[in-house]
Amino acid sequence: MTLAHLRGVCRYYYMGENVVRALDGIDLDIDSGEYWAILGRSGSGKSTLLNLLGCLDRPTDGTYVLDGVDVSQLSDDALSNVRSRSIGFIFQSFNLIPQLTVAENIEVPLFYQGVSPGESRKKAFAIAERVGLVDRLHHRPPELSGGQQQRVAIARALVNDPAIVLADEATGNLDSATEEEILEVMDQLHSLGKTIILVTHNASLTRHAQKVMVLADGKIESLHTREELDADGVANL
Amino acid sequence: MNLFWIIRIVKLGSKNLLLHKLRSLLNMLGILFGVGSVIAMLAIGEGAKWEAQELVKRLGPTTIILYSQKPVEVEESSTTTSRMVEYGLTFLDMDRITETLPAIDLVVPVRKVSKEIWIRGIKYEANLFGTIPRYADVTNTHAVQGRWLCPLDFEHSRPVCVLTYEMSRKLFPAEFALRRILRFGDTAFRVVGVLAKRRGGSSKGKSSVDEPMGAYTPLSALRERFGDINAKQMPGSIDISRVEVHEAQIKVEEIKAVLAVAKNVRALLKKNHKKEDYSVFVPLEELRLAEATARIWTIVLACVAGISLLVGGIGVMNVMLATVTERTREVGIRRALGATKRHILSQFLVESLVLTLAGGIVGVLFGLLLPEIVNIYTDDVKARTPLYAVFLAPGISLAVGLLSGIYPAWKAAGMDPVEALRHE
Repeated sequence: MTLAHLRGVCRYYYMGENVVRALDGIDLDIDSGEYWAILGRSGSGKSTLLNLLGCLDRPTDGTYVLDGVDVSQLSDDALSNVRSRSIGFIFQSFNLIPQLTVAENIEVPLFYQGVSPGESRKKAFAIAERVGLVDRLHHRPPELSGGQQQRVAIARALVNDPAIVLADEATGNLDSATEEEILEVMDQLHSLGKTIILVTHNASLTRHAQKVMVLADGKIESLHTREELDADGVANL
Repeated sequence: MNLFWIIRIVKLGSKNLLLHKLRSLLNMLGILFGVGSVIAMLAIGEGAKWEAQELVKRLGPTTIILYSQKPVEVEESSTTTSRMVEYGLTFLDMDRITETLPAIDLVVPVRKVSKEIWIRGIKYEANLFGTIPRYADVTNTHAVQGRWLCPLDFEHSRPVCVLTYEMSRKLFPAEFALRRILRFGDTAFRVVGVLAKRRGGSSKGKSSVDEPMGAYTPLSALRERFGDINAKQMPGSIDISRVEVHEAQIKVEEIKAVLAVAKNVRALLKKNHKKEDYSVFVPLEELRLAEATARIWTIVLACVAGISLLVGGIGVMNVMLATVTERTREVGIRRALGATKRHILSQFLVESLVLTLAGGIVGVLFGLLLPEIVNIYTDDVKARTPLYAVFLAPGISLAVGLLSGIYPAWKAAGMDPVEALRHE
């Protein structure tokens, strides 16, 4: 079943008389439960695509249908609602709120869904247990290691049971051992049926993905399946 | 937005403010002083009005009091000579007022004699007031022990007196004053009654009603025993004066006629007295004056309060703008996690409201204390905080919070989530 359906999606930025074509005619179909990696150099448009996929931004042109809803036409409030219910974000710099505890950080998406404090604390506890953070629930982010902070971010991304998890350079700030740990968590999520989209500039991180899309200058340069990559090797990406 | 959401957002706002305790505290000060001034303003205005109302209650709203006063030129000349001076109100004035002016119910003359009383070897200075029995009706006084003066006392010039509560306590702290004989100078008077305790406060017009060391006797008895001449021994001279009536209490029939009667009394006295040897005191005028003073106080303090609140409000807006800039990334994160513009707006607005409300609450305490502090140095300020002020002040601080917080909150809510997430 197609979860995300993009046709002719463009995102232009107008700077005086210059037009920057961050994305230019993207056609993409992402099925439910797939593990995608979007690969590209800096300035290739991968973050712009991620922002569009995560409903943080609207396309200048084209259509984006997420879970059967054309989100390219939705109002700001409706987009917030979609983000709150269907999207889970994992950022490179973790993006935790420093003044909140781990539990409170995990609960933020539920807060905007109007979930009661008791219910929300229960869900946060359950998800923290899954990512191994139960004993850190009352700590604040600055008291945690990078790996632990990213686990908090993952827990927060999962707490609203999203249809799609978007990870933007999720391991960029981590050492190789922690990076592997986080990728394992992603694999587990995938095995549980979550749709995962990993954005990276590092080709080696695509090894867990089923499909890899290479972006260059706002356009899809190439699309690869796991089988093709296994046969040809990631070095060609 | 349900109750849970409001509670959590208030908790969150308080938490964020506590992260920068000093900054929040300094910004609260403006609101604190503003609200404090509002409370003090209302309390002082109310206090002035209350005091005037008490005065009117004590002396009666329909009362006009006339006093004899030594004219300035007489006072100057009497310092060097010992000739007798004659001034003040006369019984003829009393008759003229009663007979010629309309709307007057009663005119009660009072004559005062200051004498020494010796009790068990201790000397007391006391005033003996000679008056008519209806003095009690005009001044709302009544005896709590014994009785008040009766018409027979007056008719037969009986040497009896009624003491004020304070005088009876002072002269006879552990005994009953009734039926005792008091010697005012050489003249003996028998105590037949003790008045009820006086209400607090004092009238500007030094009325006989406010004299603590006072005793009341029939006017006929006083005149018979002491005459109309007062002699006072001064170092190197003797001050002899002739004053017929020291004070007159005029009871007007209706409250609405008081000011007109006062005007007529002034005109009548002016016509018949060559010198200004009298004064007219109208409690109702005092009330009007106090109300006018209270209005001026209110305007002055309202300006102070307004400026403080404006400065406080600007301070809050400033700190909120700084907070929004500092927390731009947080806004981006929250938007990414599902917060709508309204959520962000409310979050920052609640923070500003919490800040100003906290300032307002401390300001209420400050406002309640301020008149007390001023009272340590002066007795002129009588503050009475009206209950509504205690509720009004937090309302004002919330309004300031709303006005100063709306722009920063609107700015935060209007941020582009992608831009906000990129903010370092």
